[in-house]
Amino acid sequence: MNALEIAARVRSGERSAVSVTEEALTAIAARNGELNVFVHVEGESALERAAAVDAAVAAGRDPGILAGVPVGLKDNLCQTGVPTTCGSRILSGWRPPYTATAVERLLAAGAVPVGKTNMDEFAMGSSTETSAYGPTRNPLNPTRVPGGSSGGSAAAVAAGMVPVALGSDTGGSIRQPAALCGLVGIKPTYGLVSRYGLVAFASSLDQIGPLARSVADAAASLEAIAGHDPRDSTSLPGPAPALIAHLDQGVAGRRIGIVRELVEGADPEVVAAVAGAAEVLAAAGATLSEVSIPELRLGLSAYYLIAPAEASSNLARYDGVRFGLRVAGSDITEMYVATRTAGFGAEVKRRIMLGTYALSAGYYDAYYGQALKVRTVMIEAFERAYASADLLLGATAPSEAFALGAKVSDPMAMYLSDVFTIPTNLSGHAAISVPFGSGASGLPLGVQLLGPARSEERLVAAAAVVEAGRGVPGA
Amino acid sequence: MVVGLEVHTELLTASKMFCSCANAFGAEPNTQVCPVCLGLPGSLPVLNARAVELAVAIGTALHSRVGASTFHRKNYFYPDMPKDFQISQYDRPINEGGYLDLSDGSRVGIVRAHLEEDTGKSTHLGGTGRMHDAERSLVDYNRAGVPLVEIVSEPDMRSPEQARLYVAELRAILIATGASDGRMEEGSLRVDANVSVRLPGAPLGTRCEIKNLNSLRSLQRAVAYEAERQIELILAGGQVRQETRHWDEGSGETSTMRVKEEAEDYRYFREPDLTDLVPDPAMIARIRDGLGPMPAQRRAALASLARGAVVPGDVLDAVVGAGLDGFVEAAVARDVEATVALSRAANELAGLDGPGQVRPDAFAEVLAREAAGTLSATQAKAVLAELVRGGGEVAEIVERRGFAPMNADDLSGTVSQAVAEHPDEWARYRAGEDKLAQFFVGVVMKATRGRANGQQVLAELESRR
Amino acid sequence: MSELTRDDVAKVARLARLHLTEEELDRFTGQLAQVLDHANDLRALDLTGVAPTAHPVDLGTVVRADEVRPGLVRDAFLSAAPQPEDGRFAVPRILGEEP
Ligand SMILES: [Zn+2]
Repeated sequence: MNALEIAARVRSGERSAVSVTEEALTAIAARNGELNVFVHVEGESALERAAAVDAAVAAGRDPGILAGVPVGLKDNLCQTGVPTTCGSRILSGWRPPYTATAVERLLAAGAVPVGKTNMDEFAMGSSTETSAYGPTRNPLNPTRVPGGSSGGSAAAVAAGMVPVALGSDTGGSIRQPAALCGLVGIKPTYGLVSRYGLVAFASSLDQIGPLARSVADAAASLEAIAGHDPRDSTSLPGPAPALIAHLDQGVAGRRIGIVRELVEGADPEVVAAVAGAAEVLAAAGATLSEVSIPELRLGLSAYYLIAPAEASSNLARYDGVRFGLRVAGSDITEMYVATRTAGFGAEVKRRIMLGTYALSAGYYDAYYGQALKVRTVMIEAFERAYASADLLLGATAPSEAFALGAKVSDPMAMYLSDVFTIPTNLSGHAAISVPFGSGASGLPLGVQLLGPARSEERLVAAAAVVEAGRGVPGA
Repeated sequence: MVVGLEVHTELLTASKMFCSCANAFGAEPNTQVCPVCLGLPGSLPVLNARAVELAVAIGTALHSRVGASTFHRKNYFYPDMPKDFQISQYDRPINEGGYLDLSDGSRVGIVRAHLEEDTGKSTHLGGTGRMHDAERSLVDYNRAGVPLVEIVSEPDMRSPEQARLYVAELRAILIATGASDGRMEEGSLRVDANVSVRLPGAPLGTRCEIKNLNSLRSLQRAVAYEAERQIELILAGGQVRQETRHWDEGSGETSTMRVKEEAEDYRYFREPDLTDLVPDPAMIARIRDGLGPMPAQRRAALASLARGAVVPGDVLDAVVGAGLDGFVEAAVARDVEATVALSRAANELAGLDGPGQVRPDAFAEVLAREAAGTLSATQAKAVLAELVRGGGEVAEIVERRGFAPMNADDLSGTVSQAVAEHPDEWARYRAGEDKLAQFFVGVVMKATRGRANGQQVLAELESRR
Repeated sequence: MSELTRDDVAKVARLARLHLTEEELDRFTGQLAQVLDHANDLRALDLTGVAPTAHPVDLGTVVRADEVRPGLVRDAFLSAAPQPEDGRFAVPRILGEEP
């Protein structure tokens, strides 16, 4: 059942939130051992919260638009008292004493968080294989990865454990797993959703967003968590956009550019999917054209300097002093080194070192400084494209879900799987991945719609058109 | 000798720089902390508007260019620093340039005065209690995130005395702007001195940075010691190493803390969790217009009240430092000598607790009565002390304490009694032994328990002689 | 080719407070060099006069009112700390000085 259907039935009293939650917990128990989706299940408190939702309904109060909807939370979102590990040993056992704004808003909308989903360590990865708690498997084919870094959230929805989950997207970490698991995933405009309580990977790129089985569920979830938050200085002013109200607005008269650089190098099935989605959009009244934005080719290199640079600083605080893991040392520096060496996995160490190097004296201008200028160039290129297009269309990922272990030992190959999603993070713009078509092995593919800042209303309307035109949903 | 100073001042805000925890000294350890100032994963900073205003006030008072600025992260590992980076300002500080005029007539250039956050505090346990031989340290983050402004001077000072004058003047300005309480001993004002020596006209020598200067006296002594040390080293054929040195107040010496072998690599980069800080021109104008005269002008104005009489500099400093200008002016308006008003204000009101409950008009009333002879100096001080403690009306206090002058008949009667009780002394006095007048004043004072006015007693004695 | 050396990687690991084995040092040097080589397409660009973008949105000055709100109860974070002692966080002895 989809989230909005559940909420409608819970609000009408037709179903109890407790029974919905019990079902979700049963579904998790059935497949979590096989798939390793949830690193922590919050059964008791979920049932208590569901009972509170039922009590509100019984008392005639409206529990909110996500009343009784079980949700999964990526394990980098803080919820008071609930373990939050970011897929890292260094945070094992850490229970934050506060709750992220996005989670608070989900709770205020009546949703029922049922646990924390597995992720690449500190969101650094594209396959959910770098987690210290073992890889997550793709529910559609357990020999394949679910994508990453929000692979646990994607697998939780794809396995039918929850209808909606929150993820975070720094370079494609919502959209790419959504594509690989046959889901809808939204990377909102930077600042639309508060980052307060999201454990930082790369602060100028991170955004929280939903993964869901339908555009409507994703839109409703985003609407619930978006809007200004005074606790995040980079939060955009104003309330959440009216996404549900725009779902059936269609694309008639919209100018949509198919971006060559967001398709090139992809598998033939992916290229075909993008072409198919373009036909659907054209049939619905949009004007399609091919565009080229060569500057996007610079995105990957810029991203792999900027994101590690910010991460190297954001991850300094994992030092064994205040929280999480400590490995003893005879003096403070030995303790720092012992703790961080034991607590971080190889991918995190690689990126910390890459970022430290890019910021260090003598290399700053050549690497980090130059990447910031490239970012300017890319943003300007996007803006030129948006002067003649309302939305852009491309692939989400270059291929369908790949096999576990296929890329984990080759960092550069792994990094290339984010090549189509990274530019939007650098520009701060919005994008959505919608399932469309299937790959050589019959696994789902995703197409990506991109829009300028705060274009979420337009994006969900267009995504709904693609969704309606894709034939049989899911795989 | 060449001296440049870096002064850190904590700002007098209610809350911390980037979170809503209280900015207060002396609370139980780790009770004024939140996810932000503990650097917990997922927390984010939000800038305190008042800290910006106080930084603008400091910049304006120092004649700096106040303008658009950005925050950077300064990355280094240290347990006092919860995020293992400090949010500071780097290439675009809020205040750039400016100067400070010292009371010796010299001018010291200001490089910058930028905003940054304070660190927590460690207590070292085991060993001798110093950091290096401690067995372990305990960290308290109450101070972490307290707003600071760091004021960096040009290397324009040439003597320990100038260094002292600079900090004294800067301290007065910080207090006058309301930015700081200026308490060096509590650490809300901290000074690091960069000292080098050279032959006149030669390029700057290698400098050493001296830390742990907790008072103006320490600063002056440490700079003098350090310059002397460097000169002796060079004269003996040695070379000054660039290093950080620790001032030990007890031994009166500086010693090596840390040698800068390789330049620190702080990997500064823009703080992505904060936006640009572009102070609103209207806010800058409002602060500039509200600043009022700075200490140097106020000292000059007070000194001019004395119409040529010499007023010690420390008296003016004390009065201006405690913001008592209005008290002195009120007293002078009642025809009290400015020198008396200034010294009474400096000595009786500018102490640790400040003027307390006393109002300028009450202060003026007490001094006017003293000038008119109806209160003795001792009585005037006693009345002021009571006003400082609890306020109230001067007339009421004078009456209650029995300081009201005696009427002429009572005084005359008391003098007659004193003469009758001491016939020998009276005879000697009448025979011309003048110094016995004081003897009789004492007797009368004792009898009246201080209520009699000494001048009136003398007049009465003279009239009977 | 990037000029990244094994010594650079060792130095960066020290800055980042990480210990690398000899084998890791070799492997990471190769992997990081590969990423930096990829970044050489950026270094080759002439971007003189282009302003850097450190942040995707320009929101202007964002401040909050200077108001005190209650923070955390000490027990909420200290009891789970690696080494709480006497209301504070204990750490082994500090050899380096505060910069
Ligand atoms: Zn705080």
